[in-house]
Amino acid sequence: MGPVHTVYGPALLCAGAGCSQQFGAQPQWIWFLSSSYVGAHSTTLMPTVSKGDGMRGLAVFISDIRNCKSKEAEIKRINKELANIRSKFKGDKALDGYSKKKYVCKLLFIFLLGHDIDFGHMEAVNLLSSNKYTEKQIGYLFISVLVNSNSDLIRLINNGIKNDLASRNPTFMNLALHCIANVGSREMAEAFAFEIPSILVAGDTMDSVKQSAALCLLRLNRTSPDLVPMGEWTARVVHLLNDQHLGVVTAATSLITTLAQKSPDDFKTSISLAVARLSRIVTSASIDLQDYTYYFVAAPWLSVKLLRLLQCYPPPEDAALRSRLTECLETILNKAQEPPKSKKVQHSNAKNAVLFEAISLIIHHDSEPTLLVRACNQLGQFLQHRETNLRYLALESMCTLASSEFSHEAVKTHIDTVINALKTERDVSVRQRAVDLLYAMCDRSNAKQIVAEMLSYLETADYSIREEIVLKVAILAEKYAVDYTWYVDTILNLIRVAGDYVSEEVWYRVIQIVINRDDVQGYAAKTVFEALQAPACHENLVKVGGYILGEFGNLIAGDSRSSPLVQFSLLHSKFHLCSVPTRALLLSAYIKFINLFPEVKATIQDVLRSDSQLRNADVELQQRAVEYLKLSCIASTDILATVLEEMPPFPERESSILAKLKRKKGPGKLPDIDENRRNVNGSSEHSENTDTTNKVSYVLNLNSSPSTGPSLLVDVFSDSSTSASVDVSEDNFSRFVCKNNGVIYENQLLQIGLKSEYRQNLGRIYVFYGNKTSTQFLSFSSFVTSSDILKTHILHCLIASYPIIEGGAQVQQILNIECVSDFTDAPVLNIQFRYGGTLQNIAVKLPVMLNKFFQPTEMTSQDFFQRWKQLGAPQQEVQKIFKAQHPMDTDVTKAKILGFGVALLDGVDPNPANFVGAGVIHTKSTQVGCLLRLEPNAQAQMYRLTLRTSRESVSQRLCELLGEQF
Amino acid sequence: MIKAILIFNNHGKPRLIRFYQYFAEDMQQQIIRETFHLVSKRDDNVCNFLEGGSLIGGSDYKLIYRHYATLYFVFCVDSSESELGILDLIQVCCYFFKMLCRKKQMVFVETLDKCFENVCELDLIFHMDRVHYILQEVVMGGMVLETNMNEIVAQVEVQNRMEKSEGGLSAAPARAVSAVKNMNLPEIPRNINIGDINIKVPSLSPF
Repeated sequence: MGPVHTVYGPALLCAGAGCSQQFGAQPQWIWFLSSSYVGAHSTTLMPTVSKGDGMRGLAVFISDIRNCKSKEAEIKRINKELANIRSKFKGDKALDGYSKKKYVCKLLFIFLLGHDIDFGHMEAVNLLSSNKYTEKQIGYLFISVLVNSNSDLIRLINNGIKNDLASRNPTFMNLALHCIANVGSREMAEAFAFEIPSILVAGDTMDSVKQSAALCLLRLNRTSPDLVPMGEWTARVVHLLNDQHLGVVTAATSLITTLAQKSPDDFKTSISLAVARLSRIVTSASIDLQDYTYYFVAAPWLSVKLLRLLQCYPPPEDAALRSRLTECLETILNKAQEPPKSKKVQHSNAKNAVLFEAISLIIHHDSEPTLLVRACNQLGQFLQHRETNLRYLALESMCTLASSEFSHEAVKTHIDTVINALKTERDVSVRQRAVDLLYAMCDRSNAKQIVAEMLSYLETADYSIREEIVLKVAILAEKYAVDYTWYVDTILNLIRVAGDYVSEEVWYRVIQIVINRDDVQGYAAKTVFEALQAPACHENLVKVGGYILGEFGNLIAGDSRSSPLVQFSLLHSKFHLCSVPTRALLLSAYIKFINLFPEVKATIQDVLRSDSQLRNADVELQQRAVEYLKLSCIASTDILATVLEEMPPFPERESSILAKLKRKKGPGKLPDIDENRRNVNGSSEHSENTDTTNKVSYVLNLNSSPSTGPSLLVDVFSDSSTSASVDVSEDNFSRFVCKNNGVIYENQLLQIGLKSEYRQNLGRIYVFYGNKTSTQFLSFSSFVTSSDILKTHILHCLIASYPIIEGGAQVQQILNIECVSDFTDAPVLNIQFRYGGTLQNIAVKLPVMLNKFFQPTEMTSQDFFQRWKQLGAPQQEVQKIFKAQHPMDTDVTKAKILGFGVALLDGVDPNPANFVGAGVIHTKSTQVGCLLRLEPNAQAQMYRLTLRTSRESVSQRLCELLGEQF
Repeated sequence: MIKAILIFNNHGKPRLIRFYQYFAEDMQQQIIRETFHLVSKRDDNVCNFLEGGSLIGGSDYKLIYRHYATLYFVFCVDSSESELGILDLIQVCCYFFKMLCRKKQMVFVETLDKCFENVCELDLIFHMDRVHYILQEVVMGGMVLETNMNEIVAQVEVQNRMEKSEGGLSAAPARAVSAVKNMNLPEIPRNINIGDINIKVPSLSPF
């Protein structure tokens, strides 16, 4: 049954199908109207204009408009009418109320069609002062719909409103209150904000007026909160929650919710009243609240409002009240499980509206694990409900449930259903919710699966949400990467699948990470090289490829298939297809090549020298070509090597991608995955920080609070220059037990970062000193001291000094360390410099620990137990039983043990919950084999750590170090 | 809070617009166009909630809508409203619009569903003022005012009575005319059940 179109006009009313699926096989009502029909009879089908008030002229006008065959005809007809009305309004003859009403109605209709109305306001205002209800009514309607900020007029309108409010006629008062609420301008707030509270709480005010007054006040509070006076009336408003009339209670609840958000303390008493009211509603039989029972659900709207009000507050402190509320919530959850009392969609909607609001409250309180898990299970049922709306809402609610420590695991059990929703839902809104939920439920245990699913969804995803998914994938991949090769693969895949939607932040980030992490650089170079082989690759890939090969192309140059010349030709083959910024980047990559591979220098110089580069129309490209060419010709190898040195690690900061996603989603909309981890993995700082993968991006915020201890002392002892009197900062020492890189020290002036590598008994520490101020540090020097005993155990080299460190600059010092024999103490790094005339002394304990000299050893179960038995002497074993400091997460624990330096042996321990590791400590003189076993007891939140080595002191020290990490 | 209530037909022609937050006229039209663009490309049977409107309120903004035959009923709300609650509210509004159009006496019928048929587009524009008045009894300043059907009916009844008593003299001629016009048609065949699109509508006497 296709619509039969009229040629033009608003009158297209042809196809009328049954109102909607839910209402089943109602007769199909059809309004049948075609232009030919209208034309032939030169008449209009008008429904029932037989009202008491007739307004025939209006009906004729509307029909005329609907019969217009073109936009021009319509405009012509409207202009004719406007001229007519204008002349009528301006005419000498005074119009009667009926005519005014009719013309105002016509103006409203013209406005509805999208035409500006610039007159008639005065006539509408005049209608306000009419004694006739219908005239007053249309006057108010016109003003509410067509507000005008003309201040003269506002004064007149306010006058009319004032009279009606004072009239004590409830109908007129309602009209006036409606008008204030609908317009809600500041002028009106100024005029009435003082008056309305007294109407609201006056004893003799009619219920319907109270309702209007409450909502009117709410509106004014929203538009001009400063003008609504708080006062004695607030206490009486709270008591409206006890009112007989449920309509009044509903309006009052809305008002109190808004006010309580502004000043929660003033409305605290509403909690107990709201709980009492809610409890009466949910326990009532469905007939008790007759008029407010909607399809067998008792007062659903009021219940929803009360539950919203309670979400302004934490769980009630009073135990009795709290248990009453819990009872209510349980009843609501129970009722939702009962078989439906009606098959009508209204019944299920009303019931579930209350249920979802109750779940929101449970999530907001986040204190009752049983309720949270129940809520999660009930939402789980909705995930496969046939009603799309319920699936949508369930996904949305679950997203917030995922951030509670109590229900995070329960939410994770639905992962397959959610992934399925992503694949099969027909509705993009629902798919979007599924993506959000996957993002929220992601943690280390399921990151690979979720990222893979999102990537595959991305290939077919709606264009409108692609960019957001790209950001989410990039964040998850980075956040939960245990293995950085996976991270690199994921991002390159992302560029391949959705290159256009990969914003700059994303590809900047992958480069930052590759540069900061040397264990992935070779892999990254190899992977981009392979990806670039594709005949058509996205420009973003060329950018990443150019940058990475320019920095680390040497790491794969050994292979003849990716020799320098091959790499260069590959990059250069893409050059001509790229935009200017990418070409500029490629030129920089070329000059880096000249430094990395002297053998391709001539080839690259030829390219730079070509007219298309040297005389490029683009200034930036031309300049780069000229400068790079000159540089390569003039500079010696040494200078080239210095100028084109590998990029230093990027300063660590919050992922720019995350910031972008937050911007995109708006504040508060993004389920905060950091927030999750706070609960799930315990204090996220430590679990992230001691993670073996040395998650670069999170180091900075962890240590961002300046360690005030030493810096205070520096002030006190300034110029004393006796480094002995400086306290040694150990704040971050223990965080480096399981990792090698990060910030070891930071105060207002200086940040000290470390990057260290160990091989067998040798180690090298790169120390980065960053001047955080904008002024110079003078006579900066640093040296390493260690106790006399320690000196015999490790050797290191030392002193660096710089006359000046500029503001904002970073300098680097290299320390070489050799482990002579096993040791306990750690060396101290002393730093001295002048800042603004005062001498600063800082001492930091360097994280050089015995376990740094571990070499992991893989062995079979049989070998392990054989050795374990061999090391059975009492002094060889050290055991420690201790309480878990952080939540017991298997993956985090594994990561820490790996970071500690031993190999993690799977399948050795008969109990799969236990961890077993093995490694060899290398010192110059000897090697010490080491076996360890960690037994978590989740119930008691305890660990037992057992270490067996051939040397007592080693066992002791390793146990101390590792025992503090969980 | 309900930011706006928009009713438009399948071609995007507005049939009722009500904003509860101030927007200039051209902005209002732009919002209507954007909203129409968003909802009209969606299939029936997908969910009734939609995000992505950029003109009102940014991210804290949702469209909750129903599509009945030729009309879209769209409520633009912020996150403080219950989605399912608003969905029911749309049905309540439609119910009253329908009663209005039937010009039956406003009596609350216990079995709502029976009355719940499609609201006709023409009825809305021909009774623009009354549609607004009914809406005013349900939603005020963007907040739900009343949800009790009987209460709403009672309020509308009060209005009708006042109207009638006032209509007395001034509207008498008009009423007389319309009474005559309708005399020959005890029941106007306003709804014609057809299976065949080419059926002829019986010609009505001119109004």
